[in-house]
Amino acid sequence: MVEEKKVVIKNKIGLHARPAAQLVQKASKFKSNIEISFNGKKVSAKSIIGVMSLGVTQGNEIILRADGEDAEEAIKEIEKFIIVEMPKEDKEVAN
Amino acid sequence: MKMKGIAASPGIVIGKVLILNKEKSDVKIETISKDRIKDEIEKLHNAVEKAKKEIKIIKDNIGKEIGEERAKIFDAHMMMLDDPELISAFETKIREGKFSAPAAVKQVIEQYAEMFDNMEDEYLKMRGADIKDIGKRVINILLGNKELPDALDKEVIIVAEELSPSSIAQLDTKKVLAFVTKDGSRTSHASIIARSLGIPAVVGLGEVLLDKVQNNSLLIVDGNSGEVYLNPDKDILEIYKQKIIEYKTELERLAVYSNKKAKTKDGIAIEVVGNIGDIDDLEAVLINGGEGIGLFRTEFLYMNRAEIPSEEEQFEVYKKVAEKMEKNRVVIRTLDIGADKEVPYLDLPKEMNPFLGYRGIRLCLDKTDIFKSQLRAILRASKFGNLSVMFPMISSLDEVKQAKDIFNEVKMELDNESLEYNENIEIGIMVETPAAVMIADNLAEEVDFFSIGTNDLIQYTLAVDRTNKKIADLYSAYHPAILRLVKKIIDEGHKAGIWVGMCGEAAGDELLLPFLLGAGLDEFSMSALSIPKIKESLEKWSKKDAEKEMENILQLKTTREVKNYLQKAKR
Repeated sequence: MVEEKKVVIKNKIGLHARPAAQLVQKASKFKSNIEISFNGKKVSAKSIIGVMSLGVTQGNEIILRADGEDAEEAIKEIEKFIIVEMPKEDKEVAN
Repeated sequence: MKMKGIAASPGIVIGKVLILNKEKSDVKIETISKDRIKDEIEKLHNAVEKAKKEIKIIKDNIGKEIGEERAKIFDAHMMMLDDPELISAFETKIREGKFSAPAAVKQVIEQYAEMFDNMEDEYLKMRGADIKDIGKRVINILLGNKELPDALDKEVIIVAEELSPSSIAQLDTKKVLAFVTKDGSRTSHASIIARSLGIPAVVGLGEVLLDKVQNNSLLIVDGNSGEVYLNPDKDILEIYKQKIIEYKTELERLAVYSNKKAKTKDGIAIEVVGNIGDIDDLEAVLINGGEGIGLFRTEFLYMNRAEIPSEEEQFEVYKKVAEKMEKNRVVIRTLDIGADKEVPYLDLPKEMNPFLGYRGIRLCLDKTDIFKSQLRAILRASKFGNLSVMFPMISSLDEVKQAKDIFNEVKMELDNESLEYNENIEIGIMVETPAAVMIADNLAEEVDFFSIGTNDLIQYTLAVDRTNKKIADLYSAYHPAILRLVKKIIDEGHKAGIWVGMCGEAAGDELLLPFLLGAGLDEFSMSALSIPKIKESLEKWSKKDAEKEMENILQLKTTREVKNYLQKAKR
């Protein structure tokens, strides 16, 4: 099963620091092969170095792609993390 | 063999040496034959696992000793070593490039580090350093180079070229008998930390140290005299075993002062309080009988980390200190940082003269978001105890006024948010520039107290870089210029009706005590370990006698005369 989804990064600091680490932890729970594409580069969502090396910041659009038995669930959860959880972090950092 | 250095932290120990290696990354880029590929990959995996274990140990130690927050950087290291892409990149280099494991790691790490180094974003740039750091650790394991942590399964004397606060933070300090370094001075940060941890230290021993001392050499370290003996003979060992006993007896004699109020011979109560750099130093101050905190250096909250500490995190720390000290005053000094300290997220460019540069209050008045968040945290914590705020590096009246304006702004913000704080919180300044001394009368009208920062006051007044070993003997609190300035600060403060303390090293100097007492100093703030001795000395002096001595001392013309006089006057 292959799932694909475009997501816009809304949080202030983008896929950095804690958000990147948390995203990788989320992705690693799934069996599917999960990739993030941005700016012509494609990396594994389970690789912290890969995710950070994309340099994704606020306003960027990324493509999530999962291939495997739990692909649908994986995309759903990661999308939710990016859209709902990550902006929450901003508040803590700004404080 | 006897060596002489600078006595940086008291105590005497005998023990075995562990030398902290500097980076040894001369990895030969060598290829291997096909039949060794499997072995090299296995070696690689074992090294990565071992590196993870090491990082976990460091992380736990730092978490316990210095705080969970600062340990977080090591989570990032751990995740990187768990990164499947990184590991498979190592494997591919070995399998397809036919490189040895260390050569493979080195090349892959360099490639990744370069990628991050070239990024625009400051945060991501720094990840290059993290990657290099884990690479170095794995390579050191592969090559059998001893790095710091896992060797501390027994108690050791740490010998190094120099020690940064972060390298001390990485050590399991409970296993450290003493620090001995080639560079450094009494007031370098490593020395200050050693004193607050109660670990003996001798610094500034020079080249001879690393030329002669080897791992497992037997060393006597006398942090009281600055003497270090390498492979001592039987006689000297005996003498020192005796000295250790005598020293312990003295400590026991002084122990009574941990529960005794500081008073002069004629019964005048004097505040004898402690300097702390971290919440963990607090315990030492309390054990040694400190009656408050005269200087809480907050820089350490900002160092060794990837992002600025949040208001919430600071609030928790200040609140804990406030609660622990109860009614006793805690003076929190706002961020005093400059280009001499590495704080990557502040992105401070290198300066020719960081001590004369963008630092202390200058930085805070410029980066007001950082300043405000700290002031908010302090104010919010102020209702849990007796907190005061102190601004560092003041050299003009405008700076004090601006800082106060921001402080009042923050108070208003809190009012609007209905957040409580102590409305009568005291505001003070460090008097540590000659300019501040000369305009002390004007400054005194703006604040509730002065605290004399002798370390910088000496450096700025005598034009002596306090980290420069070559001119270390010129750096002295006994210089008549310093004594006159100190007297002037106290007089101007008292004229304006405010109290005057001292939080530099000189406050813990027994020899200077009669002078400072005679000059009218209200509060003496020092490293925890000096507190009992100063309390004991105070009991030997009446205010009147001290005043007489002070008058005499002010007549002396040279540093040497002052020193000789003080030594004779000592009781």
